[in-house]
Parts: sequence; structure tokens; C-alpha cells
Amino acid sequence: MSTATPIVKGRHGRSRASRRLWSVLGFLVTVVTTFLGLLAITFFIGRVVPIDPALAIVGDRAPAHVVERVREELGLNLPLWQQFFIYLKQALTGDFGTSVLTTHPVMEDIKRVFPATVELATVGTIIGAMFGVPLGVLAAVKRGSLIDQLVRLIGLIGYSVPIFWLGLLSLVFFYAKLQWVAFPGRIDIVYEYTFTPVTGFFLIDAIMQGEWEIFWDVFRHIILPASLLGYVSLAYISRMTRSFMLNELSQEYVIAARAKGLSEARIIWFHALRNAAVPLITVIALSYASLLEGSVLTETIFSWPGLGLYITNSLQNADMNAVLGGTIIIGAVFIGINVLSDILYRLLDPRTSR
Amino acid sequence: MSGTVNSSPSLREWLLSDRPASRRQARLGRAYVIWRRFSENRLALAGLLIILGLIVVAVFAGQLAPHDPTQGDLRYARLLPPGAEGYILGTDDQGRDILSRLIYGSRLTLMVIILVAIIAAPIGLLVGTVAGYAGGWVDAVLMRITDIFLAFPKLVLALALVAALGPGIENAILAIAITSWPPYARIARAETMTFRNSDFIHAVKLMGASPIRIVTLHVMPLCTSSLVVRVTLDMAGIILIAAGLGFLGLGAQPPLPEWGAMIASGRRFILDQWWVAGMPGFAILVVSLGFNLLGDGLRDALDPKEAGQ
Repeated sequence: MSTATPIVKGRHGRSRASRRLWSVLGFLVTVVTTFLGLLAITFFIGRVVPIDPALAIVGDRAPAHVVERVREELGLNLPLWQQFFIYLKQALTGDFGTSVLTTHPVMEDIKRVFPATVELATVGTIIGAMFGVPLGVLAAVKRGSLIDQLVRLIGLIGYSVPIFWLGLLSLVFFYAKLQWVAFPGRIDIVYEYTFTPVTGFFLIDAIMQGEWEIFWDVFRHIILPASLLGYVSLAYISRMTRSFMLNELSQEYVIAARAKGLSEARIIWFHALRNAAVPLITVIALSYASLLEGSVLTETIFSWPGLGLYITNSLQNADMNAVLGGTIIIGAVFIGINVLSDILYRLLDPRTSR
Repeated sequence: MSGTVNSSPSLREWLLSDRPASRRQARLGRAYVIWRRFSENRLALAGLLIILGLIVVAVFAGQLAPHDPTQGDLRYARLLPPGAEGYILGTDDQGRDILSRLIYGSRLTLMVIILVAIIAAPIGLLVGTVAGYAGGWVDAVLMRITDIFLAFPKLVLALALVAALGPGIENAILAIAITSWPPYARIARAETMTFRNSDFIHAVKLMGASPIRIVTLHVMPLCTSSLVVRVTLDMAGIILIAAGLGFLGLGAQPPLPEWGAMIASGRRFILDQWWVAGMPGFAILVVSLGFNLLGDGLRDALDPKEAGQ
């Protein structure tokens, strides 16, 4: 980046602002094209891959005139680029069509179920970071020790385990045998009609309304699926933390701090970890995005009424509008989180703000 | 391999010679060094053993399986617990031996990962090398497309694709392959960029080689080793996604003994007959752990800089 040779130095100062503008513009173009690409792919999946989308909606036993009418309504007789244009316009206004299964507009359904997924993924990420970061730091500090091997093993299993299987087994153990947790869904049926959520995040709603009994019930529902997701993100976070910390601990400032006589704990937790924190934030943001994806299978196991369950239910009923709407939303959130972590990284790392 | 090497020390010297007399000797010598680094890592060896075991079981499924994987004994052998006579891992609700189903299921697992690798790796290699070698707007366009696919969550994209294509193992493989190639393109491009302007490429160009010849014969072979590592590391993820699709009923259809679908069919009995869903999940865990260990070991052996990170 710093190609400031003496010859161009005069221009260099003047063009700094415009260069920054260009990089912001380039960034925006990247985000917009990625989003358009996302819509193009979902359009392709919904309209081009099925041999006849009209038949997919009405079924192959429908009379010919019904099929023809649906084709007209869907605009399938128009050229493909025109169809894509219409699709684009609809998608950008949040119109993903109507769900066959629930008979509501897909966007309305998604708005209803999305908070449940966000709440689950958030609690999962908190659990993952809360345990993953200290474990990674510990593994890096005691490199090669038994603890290091153990953390590595925990991580490897987290990478290798089918989460839906682990979910089923944990249900048998913690719900059926020990009866520590509640199941299914987000809240007990007793409270379901007396409790009026405001934000859609039940834990926060319960606190705001001072309903501690409900809070406890919601907590008992969320803790097992969130722990599972947390375990998956722990595997990733602890591995990356270890790698970042190893990198930091071999730097010269650590030697300087030791020479100054600072305590080892202070060096590790205050000096090294603070420098490792910048890339770690990106890692945690990315693991948050992947938890939104991981929730598809987890929600199915725990009957968690979120976006994942919505998508799988729609899949089972061949409800393509709902499936693609959910896919677009998850994809958009994915892109959004990537962008956000990119911006955060640029803001937090002093080396990138030159 | 190690057996023959240990028996004759002169062979070892020949392999480690600083001045190999032939290209073959140099290649074998390099492979030997990598193998030595690899075999020092016990976990990596365990991973290799698991994968070799999987291949052997898949090849000899017909000889190894004690029972028929699709036809069960509905009268006398429904939902028997593990350890029951003749059924080491128990039976499922149709009276089928779970061990036999797992053994036959290994063929499906192997088929999925091999086909995904065969479809996705060449696509990634082609896109990446062409983008890296051509540069300019070709590079910009190809990498933009790659980034768009990378921005998609894999499982969700695979789900939507299978939903459109219709359930079935072939479509599941296709969907997974379509979601798997972008990282390979990224790696191949990065590798290509590092030697695009090196002397040997210039030399070949001066001799009049066409860009197609340069990319296919001189660029692609150099990208394969890092690609192999990445594909091996991805195998575990591919197995998990395939199992997830199978679990949701979108992958292999019954009565095929696909492991993910077996978990789904055992879900109803999970509280009383845990083994019906428990065993296939354990098989998935072991195999994907094997691929993760093998991939880690390969990466460390091929690229010592990264070791321990």
C-alpha cells in the first residue's frame, strides 16, 4: 500500500482523501455486486433449475388451463432477463411471494421467526467466546502440554461431530434422563399465551417485564441448543485464539514486558490478548454468521421456532418461495456480518487506518 | 512403505541424496521426506488409518457385512440392543443389522466425498489458475463470482439447490460440489500469482507455448499439492453436510443405508433405543475426525512453516 517514493510525494498528500474515497467506493461496489449475485443465484435456483416452476406449485395433476394461468401470474412467459428484473424489484422491496404452507407473505413469516434464531445464535456465540477464548489462550501459553492437547481434541471433535446427532444425544441425557432442561421450543406452553413479547428476544423481554419465573423457563429452553451451537463455535474460536496468541507471545514486546518484571498473568491477559483481540473480533463475527447457518439443523432437533425450522419445514412441503426467501435473508445477514467485521477490523487495527 | 525403507539403509541414503541422478530419484526423495515428517505425527497416522479402514470396509462390504443391509428379520430381530446374539451393534425398527448397514453405508460416504472432490476440485483449479494467469478483467470477473459463492452459507445453499433439484443422493452430491469449489479457486489463484512472473513460465512462453498449454501443463500441476491439503481438510465438512442433507430427508432415500438418513430414522426411538440413531452418528464422527487429522497432518508435512499453528 505505501508506495510513497520521493517522486510522487507531491501528489501523494493531495490524493490521500480521494484514494480513501476510491477504496470506500470499491468496497461498496463489492458489497452491492455480492448482494446482486446472491439474488441472481437464488433466482437461478428458483426459476431455472426446476423444469417448470408452475408445475412445481400446482402439481403435475393440475389441468392445463390452471398451469397456464399460474405461468402467466408468475410471468414465466416473459424472457428470462425480464423475469430477473421483476424478481430483483420484488426482492429489493422485501417481497418474496406468499408461503404455500402458512398462506402468509414470506417476509411476514420471516419477521416473526427471525428473532428466535438471532437470540439462539447470540447466546451460542456468547457461550462459545466465553469458553473458547480462555481455552485458546491457555493452550497457547502451555503449548505442547496436556492442556494444549486436550483443547486441540475438544476442537477437533467440535469440527467433526454432526451437530444434529449431538443434539439428539444431549436431549436424551439432559432432558429425558436428568431433566435439567426444558423441551421443546422456546417457552413452556403454560406461559405461551400470557407472555407478550415486545422485542421478540424472550430473555430480554422477560427481564424487562420482571417475569423471573418466565425468564428461568426461557433460559431452561435455550441453554441446551445454545450450548451445542456454542460448542461448534468454541472449536473454531479456541483454535484461532491459540494461533493468534502464539503469534503475539513470540513478539519482542512480550520479552520487553518480561524484562521489565511484569507478572506473567498481566503480560498474557493484558498485553498479548489485547493485541490478539483485533483479529479475534473478526473470528467471533464470522463464527456468529456460521451459527446462523448451523441453526438450521439445531432448530430442527429442538423444535426451535426460528428461521432454520421455517426453512426445513418449507422444504418438506416443497414451498420454494419460503425456502428461497429464508435463503436470501440468511445470505444477506451473512454478507452483512462479513462487511461489519471488515469495517470493525479497519477501525480497530491502527495499521490499516493509514 | 516404511517397512522396505527400514530394511535397507542404502535405500534411505539413495532417497535422501543431495544430488539425485534422475528425476524419479528426486521425486521419490521428496515424497520420502514428506512421509517422514507426516509419520512423526501420531494423530495424523491415526487419521490415515481411519481413512484406509473406511476404504477397505467400503471395498469389501459384501464380505464383511454379516447380514443383508436392506432386508431385516421383522419377526425376531426388531430393535435389539447392541450385543444381542448375532447383532453386535443391535438392530433397527425393521430388524436390520445396524453394523451391516453401517458397513454398506461407508460406500455411500466414500462415493459422496470422491464425487464431490472430482467435480469441485477441477472447477476450482480451472477457475483459479485461469484467473491468476490471465489477470485483468478475466481475473476480476472470475474472482467476483467466486466471492459471491463464498458469501453464501454452504449448507443453506446446498439445501436450496436440493430443494429445487429434488431429493436424492446424486442431487445432493451436485449441490455440495457447487458449494465447495470457491475456496479451491481462491487457493489455486493465490498459488498461480506467486509464480506467474517467474523465469520458467517466461521461458516456456518464449518457446512459443500457448496460454492453454502453460496453464494446463505448467501452472496446474504446481497448484495441486496445496489443493490436495485443502480438499482433504474439507472432506470432514463435506461428510457433515451430506449427513445433514440425509438427515433432513434430502440426500439418499430409503432403504439406502446412508448414515445421516439412518440417524433420522432412529430419531423416533432415541429415548428408548438410543443405538438406532447413536451408532451411525458415531460412525460419521469417527470418519470426519479421521479426515480432519489426516488433513492437519498433511498440511504440517507439506508446509512446515504452518506447523503447530
